[in-house]
Amino acid sequence: MKRRGEASGPVALLWLGPALILIAGVVVYPAVELVKASLSRYSITGLRKGDAGLENFRGVLANESLGTVLTNTLVWVVAVVVLTILISLGVAQFLTKDFWGRRVVRWAVIVPWAASLVITARLFSLIYSYYYGTLNALLLKLHVISTPIDFLGDDRWIMPSMVAVGVFVSIPFTAYVFVAGLHAIPSDVYEAARIDGASPWKVWRLITLPLLRPAVLVATVLNMIYVFNSFPIIYTLNESNPGFGHDTTITFMYKLAFKSAEKDVGQSAAAGLFNVLLILVAVVVYLRVSRWREEEQS
Amino acid sequence: MNGTLSWRRIRPAAMPVIGLAVALAFLWPYLVMLLDAFRPSGDVVTTPASILPREWKWTTFSEVVGDERFRAWLLTSVVVAVASTVIVVLVAVPAAYFTARFRFRGRIAFLFLVLITQMFSPTSLVVGIYREFFSLNLVNTYLALILTNAAFNLAFAVWILHGFFASIPKEVEEAAELDGCGPVTRLRRIMLPLTLPGLVTATIFTFIAAWNEYVVALTLMLDDSKKPLTVGINSYVTGYEQNWDQLFGASIIAIVPVVILFAIIEKHLVGGLTAGSVK
Repeated sequence: MKRRGEASGPVALLWLGPALILIAGVVVYPAVELVKASLSRYSITGLRKGDAGLENFRGVLANESLGTVLTNTLVWVVAVVVLTILISLGVAQFLTKDFWGRRVVRWAVIVPWAASLVITARLFSLIYSYYYGTLNALLLKLHVISTPIDFLGDDRWIMPSMVAVGVFVSIPFTAYVFVAGLHAIPSDVYEAARIDGASPWKVWRLITLPLLRPAVLVATVLNMIYVFNSFPIIYTLNESNPGFGHDTTITFMYKLAFKSAEKDVGQSAAAGLFNVLLILVAVVVYLRVSRWREEEQS
Repeated sequence: MNGTLSWRRIRPAAMPVIGLAVALAFLWPYLVMLLDAFRPSGDVVTTPASILPREWKWTTFSEVVGDERFRAWLLTSVVVAVASTVIVVLVAVPAAYFTARFRFRGRIAFLFLVLITQMFSPTSLVVGIYREFFSLNLVNTYLALILTNAAFNLAFAVWILHGFFASIPKEVEEAAELDGCGPVTRLRRIMLPLTLPGLVTATIFTFIAAWNEYVVALTLMLDDSKKPLTVGINSYVTGYEQNWDQLFGASIIAIVPVVILFAIIEKHLVGGLTAGSVK
């Protein structure tokens, strides 16, 4: 007789089958197609012209914009994720306090998450506008600046402007993960600390933060994946600039296939594979580093 | 000590004021958007910018709702988001339950596969997705979008539900098992009601992700009447016509259902993330 809690292969297939079919059909199969495409040559209209060997990968690596694009990606992901986590910790802390009207504030915080990224991006491209942007109008009126800033055209301002929007739309989800994490901390832990006379800052640093660690880990990994793969913000806010000067690897890949003069499907597929590898490595490295720290502490 | 005392006295009044400031910090761009929906399109792009409309226009929303294209895009968004969410729940629940309760060969491999899927975004695979649906002759169909959204949101749902099912003690099910209930009955009658918050969490995440998906829809839905809202409304402002008022009016209409849905289930959501992440 079989031990309880054990299941045979066919039974397992019955329960997992639908999930496996969906993953195989819509994630694995396109991934295989992507690999095939990366090894092929294509005409400008997307017709396969034959094998390309590793030519496409060499083409991507030889692209003169690659260095810039990789730097942009690194700055974009690190800046958005770090700022998002830090600000969300504060927001979540506030949202778990008891006060009149808290429910309404929580709904308000949700809105940037509920709004489509494309809509928010278009909205910000208007708010940032050099000529008729609300932001410039406001800053001029407050005499913070004397001439308008070209937020989306000036090389020094584009990345910070995009990062600000990236952080803005990432906070709601992240803050909610932290709110959930804070609710899970039993209140008697705090009472003990208060009796011991610990200062609020000390309580937060020595009790709240360590107990929030799983939530921070989850939020960081998910944000890394989402921010790395984020497309609409960079694509929309960067629309008026030619070339790849302010693109990340994701928009770079998309433009190679659909927007560049060459419309090179093969190279775009190769770039797509590099993207998948990049995020895999980044997440694994992050998890390694954070686990390593945990072992060191204990 | 003095400071604490006075803070205690002003706290009931101060906290809602800070709350209002926090709310405004997240709402202000959308308030700008609302004001932009209530002015003629030309007023949005006039120098110098004015915060309040120079001329009010009240017909934007009726124009948008009366627009046949808008109604077609809305239909696509609703059909795609609802269908993808239903599929995700129907597929993720058995997979999560089974992996949480039973040991079998390939269990770790399956969970690992799910984890890897989470790292793939439709964006990085968009070329492959396009080629697949093109060869299946499914470009411009709801089905292509539904399947894509379902597949790419499955990982998160399985992951969070797995945490839930695993957190419920086995003993809860054992009595029912002795009474002769099979796993399907136990899942339906006992486990699902207990994991309702997890179900709600998975549902809202999938719904929002599907509702706001952009890149795959942009690539696959070339027929204007088949586009979802995210892609369709961009044709209100193009190089040829500029109807900022309508773009923003339509955007507001697209946000409202999600916020309402959120408001209704917010309490469950917080509980949902907790149990799922902490176990």
